[in-house]
Amino acid sequence: MKLGLVVDMDTCVGCHGCATACKQWNTSGTIGPLSDKDPYGKDPNGAWLNRIRTYEIDDTPKSKTVHMPMSCMHCEEAACVTVCPTGASYKRAEDGIVLVDQDKCMGCNLCAWACPYGARELDPDQGTMKKCTLCVDRIYDTKLPEDERKPACVLTCPTKSRTFGDFDDPDSEVSQLVRDRAGKQLLPELGYNPVNTYLPPRNKPVVEVHQKASITQNIKGWVNKVIAR
Amino acid sequence: MHPAFSVLVFTVISGAGYGLIFLMVLGHLFGVAVLQQQPLLISGSVLSLVMISVGLMASTLHLANPKNAWRAFSRFKSSWLSREAVFAMVFYPFALCYLLGLWLEGAALSTGYQIAGAICALLAFITLFCTSMIYASLKTIRQWNNALTPVNYIILGLMSGALLLCAVQAIVNLQLSEELKHLAIGLTVMGACVKVIYFYWIGKPSGSSIQTATGFTQASVRLMDQGHSSNGFINNEFGYTVAANKLLRIRMGSLALAFALPLILLCVGGVVFMVLAVFAALAGLLAERWLFFAEARHVVRLFHGDQRT
Repeated sequence: MKLGLVVDMDTCVGCHGCATACKQWNTSGTIGPLSDKDPYGKDPNGAWLNRIRTYEIDDTPKSKTVHMPMSCMHCEEAACVTVCPTGASYKRAEDGIVLVDQDKCMGCNLCAWACPYGARELDPDQGTMKKCTLCVDRIYDTKLPEDERKPACVLTCPTKSRTFGDFDDPDSEVSQLVRDRAGKQLLPELGYNPVNTYLPPRNKPVVEVHQKASITQNIKGWVNKVIAR
Repeated sequence: MHPAFSVLVFTVISGAGYGLIFLMVLGHLFGVAVLQQQPLLISGSVLSLVMISVGLMASTLHLANPKNAWRAFSRFKSSWLSREAVFAMVFYPFALCYLLGLWLEGAALSTGYQIAGAICALLAFITLFCTSMIYASLKTIRQWNNALTPVNYIILGLMSGALLLCAVQAIVNLQLSEELKHLAIGLTVMGACVKVIYFYWIGKPSGSSIQTATGFTQASVRLMDQGHSSNGFINNEFGYTVAANKLLRIRMGSLALAFALPLILLCVGGVVFMVLAVFAALAGLLAERWLFFAEARHVVRLFHGDQRT
């Protein structure tokens, strides 16, 4: 199994619902609290496992605003695991989820340095590395109804722009989405082979802009009409 | 990259310590005339051990959860940091054995102590290399992920070690030996060359861009919103930015302090000047190490609006 997320950049509206749901679920999850430092002060700081960035693509009139929620990509070549000196970081063989054993982490930051996606954040209070668990404490919970065994971010997304599934299964929803919509990996040239995939916005017709013709163009047009006749 | 002061101190001080013991033991075992005196060898070894230990202790200060530091020996097969920790620890028994030999037998060591000394020199070199590979192995930072990084760390470690050796020898004999002086001059010139090549090498942007980061490779991409109202861990750790003209001034300052001034002092010679040369070089190398971090631009910065790394 190769579990991961597909994020649709066409439908994401950048509401930060996934980030909030993630923080809410995971702050009482298996990796312990996601601490905040000075949350109501002048310079609040805290560990979040999901961040949403907004970009403007291309120039007007073709420009488009795109929101990119980013969490751990659960890379196949997870350098964060190789560099870890304590063995706290590991990638599960059975489903490819990358996790941090909070009891082993010494907070050296090297895994965060090795991650190109900014997926790992040091807990300012606990001094250990926190990262997306793909809600491992939720997706296998047999006490939950079956359609709720999904990561918190996927369940909460109001525009359904996040999809969770097995990338190893060619018939799964995520695999089909990646095929049909030409899903892209981020920073593919670094060779980490991230599992999470991003669907680019669909092509929409460009709005025609009416342009007033100049006098010479008008005269040319009339002459052409006369000659044609 | 945010330069953590404890890491700067660690790499500079223990690098110099490893360089010192490596050069001194090799010189001793291969019969360099000036390095056949017991007081010189003992003071050199002790100084190097003290510097290495101070550096290693400083390195633990940047850990956010140091109570798990002992676990750092467990991933020797994959992690350069783990390898560095293991080699740094294995180094101690051999270094202490060599020191014991010097204490008991003087400069003319028996074979067993000689082998201990040779292994200790080899481990010093390997540890220096492992330290550099922690940085050179990170594909996320193009300024580090090249062969010049280990070359820099090793040459600069040997250079500062050679200056230390000159200073110790000058203090013990009250006169600087010509052989060591030439060694130090050679390594200082080499260090300066390697560092200048590095500065040129990292100057040209290459590799990943904001386009490959976002997947929109056929259009311009601009960041509109980082998505948070105050800086978090990622910004503090990777967003560290220094004005270009300040970087240039620090580059010049570090080149002058680490290489030019020690070269002049070496040519002058003398006990006081050698001690000054060591302090100048260590200060210059601290600035150089600070630059090594401050000029490194992690790819995650692309997601936060940088067009290129």
